Amino acid sequence: MLKAKEYIIEKGLLLCALITALTTIGIILVLTIEAITFFKEISLVDFLTDTQWTPLYSEKHFGVLPLLAGTFLTTVIAILVALPIGMGIAIYLSEYAPKSFRKTIKPLLELLAAVPTVVYGFFALMVVTPFLQKIIPGLSGFNALSAGIVMGVMIIPFISSMSEDALHAVPKSLREAAYGMGSTRLQTVFKVTIPSASSGITASAILAISRAIGETMIVAIAAGQMPGLTFNPIKPVQTITAYIVQVSSGDVPFGSLEHSTIFATGISLFVLTFILNSISFWVSKKYHRQYE
Amino acid sequence: MITSVIKEKKNSKGMQDKIKQNSIKLESENVGVFYGHKKVLQNVTMRIQANTVTALIGPSGCGKSTYLRLFNRMNDYIDNFRKEGDVIIDGNEIYKKGIEIEELRKTVGMVFQKPNPFPKSIYENVAYGLRIQGINKKSALDEIVEKSIKQAALWDEVKDDLKKNALTLSGGQQQRLCIARTLAVQPSVILMDEPASALDPISTARIEDLIYELKQNYTILIVTHNMQQAGRVSDHTGFFYLGELVEFGDTRQIFTNPKSEKTESYISGRFG
Ligand SMILES: Nc1ncnc2c1ncn2[C@@H]1O[C@H](COP(=O)(O)OP(=O)(O)O)[C@@H](O)[C@H]1O
Ligand SMILES: [Mg+2]
Repeated sequence: MLKAKEYIIEKGLLLCALITALTTIGIILVLTIEAITFFKEISLVDFLTDTQWTPLYSEKHFGVLPLLAGTFLTTVIAILVALPIGMGIAIYLSEYAPKSFRKTIKPLLELLAAVPTVVYGFFALMVVTPFLQKIIPGLSGFNALSAGIVMGVMIIPFISSMSEDALHAVPKSLREAAYGMGSTRLQTVFKVTIPSASSGITASAILAISRAIGETMIVAIAAGQMPGLTFNPIKPVQTITAYIVQVSSGDVPFGSLEHSTIFATGISLFVLTFILNSISFWVSKKYHRQYE
Repeated sequence: MITSVIKEKKNSKGMQDKIKQNSIKLESENVGVFYGHKKVLQNVTMRIQANTVTALIGPSGCGKSTYLRLFNRMNDYIDNFRKEGDVIIDGNEIYKKGIEIEELRKTVGMVFQKPNPFPKSIYENVAYGLRIQGINKKSALDEIVEKSIKQAALWDEVKDDLKKNALTLSGGQQQRLCIARTLAVQPSVILMDEPASALDPISTARIEDLIYELKQNYTILIVTHNMQQAGRVSDHTGFFYLGELVEFGDTRQIFTNPKSEKTESYISGRFG
C-alpha cells in the first residue's frame, strides 16, 4: 500500500518535470519552425542588415536593426538607472546597515519587482513623461527615456538583492585580513569586498539586463510604436517586445508573412536573453566555486 | 626528522638572542574582557619583551584569541565587547582617545588561523597593504613585494608566477603569502592565531622555521594548540585557563617545571 503511494508520487513528480521540459522544447520548436517559414521569404542577411522595419506598411522592409536599437536604448537607460542605485543599496545593506534594518528592507525592495508591469507602464506614460517634459523641451509623449527610467526602477531589486547576497557571501576572514593591515572601512569595501564579490555582482547585472530586454508592458505603453534606427532617448522607439505585442493584438491575418515576423523577432529575443542568462549562470557558478 | 633540524638551529642561535634586546614591547595591565555580561578574560597582566616569541596556550575557549586580538583592536567589531585595564604597546595605551586604529594596525600585523589570501594575484596580495597607504609606484611596490615574499620563504616557489591567483597556491603557501602580506606593511609586532593549525606537518615545520627567523626583527605573539609547537618556537609561554593567565614564564621552565598544578596537568595532556 505504502509502496504504491510512493510509486504514484514519484511518477507524478517525474511527470511534472517532463511537462516543464516538454513545454520549453515545444516553445523553441514552434518558434524555430515558424521562423523558418519567415526566413524562406526574407533572407537572414536582409533581416540583419536592412535599416528599416516596416512589415505592416505597403512598402515593406524587414530589417530588425531598428527594433534592436529600441531594445538596446531602453535597456541601457534602465541599467544606467538600476546599476548605481542597486549597487548603492547592496553596499549599504551588506556593509553598513544594522542587521535588523537589512532584514526588513530587503523584502520591501523585492516588492518593487512584484508591482504589475502595466502599472509601471502607465506610471511612465502619465507621470514620468509629463514631469520630464517640463525639464526637457521636445520630449515626445512616447519616448525611450521615461520607459527606460521606469524599467530601471523595476529592475533595481534584481541588482540590489543578488549583489547584496554576493557581498554578504564574502567570507568574514577576508574583511578581517583587510582591517588587520590597516584598511579603513571604505577601503575594505571597495578594495576587498566588492572585488571579491565581482562575479556575483556581474551575474546580477547580466540577469537584470536580460530582464530589461524581455520587459514588454512598460515599453509597449510608454516608449511608442515607431521603429527607427535611433539612439535618441527623447524620441519614440519600438522594442522587439513592443512590436510583438502590436502585431499579436492587431488584425494581421494568421499565417501571413506579416504574422510570421512575430516568430522571427521572437526567436531573436530568445537567442539574446538565452545568451545573457547563460553568461550569468556561468559567471555565478564560477563565483560559487571560489569559496568552496 | 624535520622538527629535530629546527631544534638544532634554534639552539645555536638562542644565545645571541638573549643578549640582543630586553625592552618591553607589549604589556597588559589587569586586563579584563566582557562580551555582554559574560566575562571571558580577567586580570591578565603580562609583559612581553621586544624580539621574542611568546606562545599563548590553554584549552579551547579559555580566551587566547580574545587576548591576542586585544593588541590590534580586532575585538572592537564584536557586539557588546568591553574591556577594562590597560593594553600598552611601546608605552602607549592603545584604547585611549586619539589612537588611530588604522595606524595601530600598520604597526601590529596579524596572521589568521585559516589562510585568507584575497582572491587577487600573488603580487597584489602583498602589494595591498602598500596600495591602501597610497604607495602605487611600481618600482617601490616591486621592491617591497619581492623583499616580503623572500622574507616569508616563498620567493623560490612563486617568483615566476606572481600574476597567478593566490587561491591556486597550496594551503601552506597561502599561509606564507599571508605572512608576506603582513610583513609588507612593515609592522613591528606580529600576532598569529594558530597559524599552522590548518596545515600539514611539512608546511607547519616551514612556518615554525619562519617564525624563528622573523624573531630577529619582530615581536611575535602566537596562539597555539600544539604543545610541541609552543616548545619549539617560543621563548616565553603563557598558560590561560578559564579566562585567567595561570602561569607565564620562560618556555623551558613552563614545560619542565611548571609552578601551577593546572599548567602541569594541561601540558602533560590530562585535559584540554
Ligand atoms: N563574538 C563573540 N561573542 C560572544 N562570545 C564570544 C565571542 N567570541 C568568543 N566568545 C567567547 O569568549 C570565550 C573566549 O573565546 P576565544 O578567545 O575565542 O577562546 P580561544 O581562542 O582560547 O579558544 C569563549 O567562551 C567564547 O565562547
Ligand atoms: Mg581561538
